[in-house]
Amino acid sequence: MDFSLTPEQQAFRQTVRAWLRDNIPSEWKHVGSSEIPRVEAYELLREWQRRLYEAGFIGLTWPKEYGGHGLTFMEELIVHEEMALAKAPPILNVLGVGMAGPTIIAYGTEAQKKRYPSKILSCEEIWCQGYSEPNAGSDLASLQTRAVKDGEFWVINGQKVWTSFAQVADWMMLLARTDPNAPRHKGITYFLLDMKLPGVVVKPLRQITGEAEFNEVFFDSVRVHESEVLGGVNNGWQVGITTLMYERLTLGFGLQMRLRIALDSLIELARRMEKHGRVITKDPLWRQKLAQLWIDTECLRVTGARAITKLLRGEMPGAEASTGKMVWVETHQRLQELAMEIEGPYAQLWKGADRAVDGGVWQHSFLRSQANSIEGGTTEIQKNIIAERLLGLPKD
Amino acid sequence: MDFGFSQEQEMLRATARKFFENECPSTFVRARMEEPAGVTDQFWMKLAEQGWLGLIYAEEYGGSGLGFVDLTVLMEEMGRSVMPGPFFSTVLLGGLTILEAGSPAQKKEWLSRIAAGEAKAALAWTEPNARWDAAGVTVTARENKGAFVLSGTKLFVLDAHTADVVVVVARTAEGKSPEDGVGLFLVPKGAAGMTVKLLPTMDATRKLCEVSLTDVRVGADAVLGGKGGGWAPLARVIERATVALCAEMCGGAQKVLDMTSEYAKIRVAFGKPIGTYQGVKHKAADMLVEVENAKSLTYYAAWAVDENVPEAPLAVSMAKAYASDAYRKVSATGIQLHGGIGFTWEHDLHLYFKRAKSSEFTFGDATYHRERVAQLINL
Ligand SMILES: Cc1cc2nc3c(=O)[nH]c(=O)nc-3n(C[C@H](O)[C@H](O)[C@H](O)COP(=O)(O)OP(=O)(O)OC[C@H]3O[C@@H](n4cnc5c(N)ncnc54)[C@H](O)[C@@H]3O)c2cc1C
Ligand SMILES: Cc1cc2nc3c(=O)[nH]c(=O)nc-3n(C[C@H](O)[C@H](O)[C@H](O)COP(=O)(O)OP(=O)(O)OC[C@H]3O[C@@H](n4cnc5c(N)ncnc54)[C@H](O)[C@@H]3O)c2cc1C
Repeated sequence: MDFSLTPEQQAFRQTVRAWLRDNIPSEWKHVGSSEIPRVEAYELLREWQRRLYEAGFIGLTWPKEYGGHGLTFMEELIVHEEMALAKAPPILNVLGVGMAGPTIIAYGTEAQKKRYPSKILSCEEIWCQGYSEPNAGSDLASLQTRAVKDGEFWVINGQKVWTSFAQVADWMMLLARTDPNAPRHKGITYFLLDMKLPGVVVKPLRQITGEAEFNEVFFDSVRVHESEVLGGVNNGWQVGITTLMYERLTLGFGLQMRLRIALDSLIELARRMEKHGRVITKDPLWRQKLAQLWIDTECLRVTGARAITKLLRGEMPGAEASTGKMVWVETHQRLQELAMEIEGPYAQLWKGADRAVDGGVWQHSFLRSQANSIEGGTTEIQKNIIAERLLGLPKD
Repeated sequence: MDFGFSQEQEMLRATARKFFENECPSTFVRARMEEPAGVTDQFWMKLAEQGWLGLIYAEEYGGSGLGFVDLTVLMEEMGRSVMPGPFFSTVLLGGLTILEAGSPAQKKEWLSRIAAGEAKAALAWTEPNARWDAAGVTVTARENKGAFVLSGTKLFVLDAHTADVVVVVARTAEGKSPEDGVGLFLVPKGAAGMTVKLLPTMDATRKLCEVSLTDVRVGADAVLGGKGGGWAPLARVIERATVALCAEMCGGAQKVLDMTSEYAKIRVAFGKPIGTYQGVKHKAADMLVEVENAKSLTYYAAWAVDENVPEAPLAVSMAKAYASDAYRKVSATGIQLHGGIGFTWEHDLHLYFKRAKSSEFTFGDATYHRERVAQLINL
């Protein structure tokens, strides 16, 4: 067991650190920012990701020929740790980098692998994920969006919902039913869908924060060329699911980074707020709560290290990798709840109120955190998966 | 970075698992619960033959010279079988204190005998005030013509009744801070003025004693390390022993999870195995999360104390805070998911449930360690 870095990795860490020190945009306000990209920051974040790409700090584990750097998860981890320390802005094209890219690299034709991944990394093309539908959320395999073959084209009709980034996305990872007569999991195909095709209509949905961050997407006889099928017709379930593990890891690094930034911000908040005349960090009860958050945050980091070790050794991550999402959600939601509790009556003030603490950022991130246990698979579903796959308990 | 066990360590785990399954089944544990010693000579000698009594001692003291991460593996397996007996007190408390603070002669004398299974040791540290800090040490050691006279009461002392030597923590002087003036003294079994009383305990696999010291005289050669500089080595011992305890707790919690998920697959209610119901399934998933998290923090702490990195004290407190809560919750949920059978004496679950409780309050519970974390992160 060894937690130390090689001299090369240490040098790499220094390089990343120095670069971040000089390059984080001065307009970026990190306070309370455990957030995912916010609409108002999209342009700044697009530029930020482009610079990260040019500096070579994104797509580290992807093969060189497809825009990556052919490095290991260790370097990837180092970059995320440094981004957390530097309170760097998040990555805008998070679904592209975390899901679309690795999936295309794993299943794509040579032409697809040449065409898409590098533009994902540079943020030239933003991706969204078209999985959920009004009648297919947790039970994704019941999705009904149809794709029917017409010559060289597939004609898509149907609807997706809760689609984050659809309003800015250039491409969509689309799951559609290509064989309605096959068993549920067998008749689905994974398409790479150009959002500018005629018949694609995006309607923003306003969410709990008041912003429109996710959308409805309608398909009215959208014609997708057959070359945009990824991983073979009727193989979409396989394609969509097998890369989830890697997705969980890379998205996991990002989540871990945001949690760390949020924790530091929370402790900083607790240091300057008082309750009943006592600074919060000096209150024994609050010290307990903050220490537990610290422990849980560190726990996610070391659990991640266990999972990465398995990958670096060429093994499949075990039980420790499956718990990450759930633990992250629980910790992050508790953190946001504590921010409200620290603010006390001030928690009621919203952006625009002069006296709102930190301009009201915590209110936003608190509300946003409610989705954490829904998006990317609900906590109930995560628990079913853990119980059935890892403990071998019987399915319903 | 490589945050996993080596092949040798995995082999040690496999060997230990088999050994304890054969040598320490619950019938053995239950028999030892009924007796004062908590161990048989035969079992103790087998531990010695495996090389486990000297696992972390240097070869010159008859040990195997392995590290704390290796020990973690062994402790997990011991926890898995709720192994009774004075292993912890001998190897990790008394023995480790001698290793940390003793002179070469003292180490030679005691560690090689411990490793060979010929001697057992204990550490008389805590007192009726139930404090874990230096201020809790009030037993006095008065210097008298080169000798020391020890007086006072030690409580919650593991296995003092079977120890050939008890390391007594006593105050030699009132210094500027409570950490100053703490001494460590080797008191042999049967020393005049030392009485050892075995106490009934909820967890009968752990034998706790009250040690009364009334003008116990020991010579200058009984002092471990500097006469008033015992706190620093003791703190290191406790840190290490705490990690070992956490590993034991992880092993126990994992076993409860295994028993419970197996039971949930075979116990039928309402026409289906109870593991089909989400009321059971989700609790089992929560148990797995607790166990895995406790392991992560424990392995990290084991690495940290092994390498003696600056963050070791923080890593240890994080692990103990987490493991204390986790083992308690996991063993309690295990009982609930077993229904009525989990409440019986006959079923083994209560052995784990009680071990979780005794472990929780050994070397500080979660609340104590969270406060330590708060201090160490400068809150
Ligand atoms: C902010 C946000 C962003 C999102 N972004 C995207 C996106 O970009 N792309 C995309 O495709 N989707 C996205 N989603 C959708 C998300 O994946 C789904 O909301 C999620 O999978 C749950 O589906 P559902 O909303 O239909 O809820 P349902 O599946 O109807 O679930 C309702 C409740 O029932 C529970 N439940 C359902 N089945 C079971 C079961 N078998 N056992 C126990 N409990 C069960 C659920 O846990 C939940 O509590 C996003 C969602 C949110 C909130
Ligand atoms: C101290 C004590 C005194 C008792 N006294 C009496 C008495 O005087 N008279 C008497 O008749 N009985 C008595 N009982 C028995 C008691 O009623 C049963 O233990 C209880 O009903 C549970 O049944 P079980 O033990 O068979 O567990 P099981 O029914 O096997 O349950 C095991 C686990 O599965 C869970 N489970 C089972 N079905 C479901 C489901 N559909 N959904 C979700 N979870 C489920 C349970 O909640 C439990 O966690 C006593 C029990 C105890 C512990």
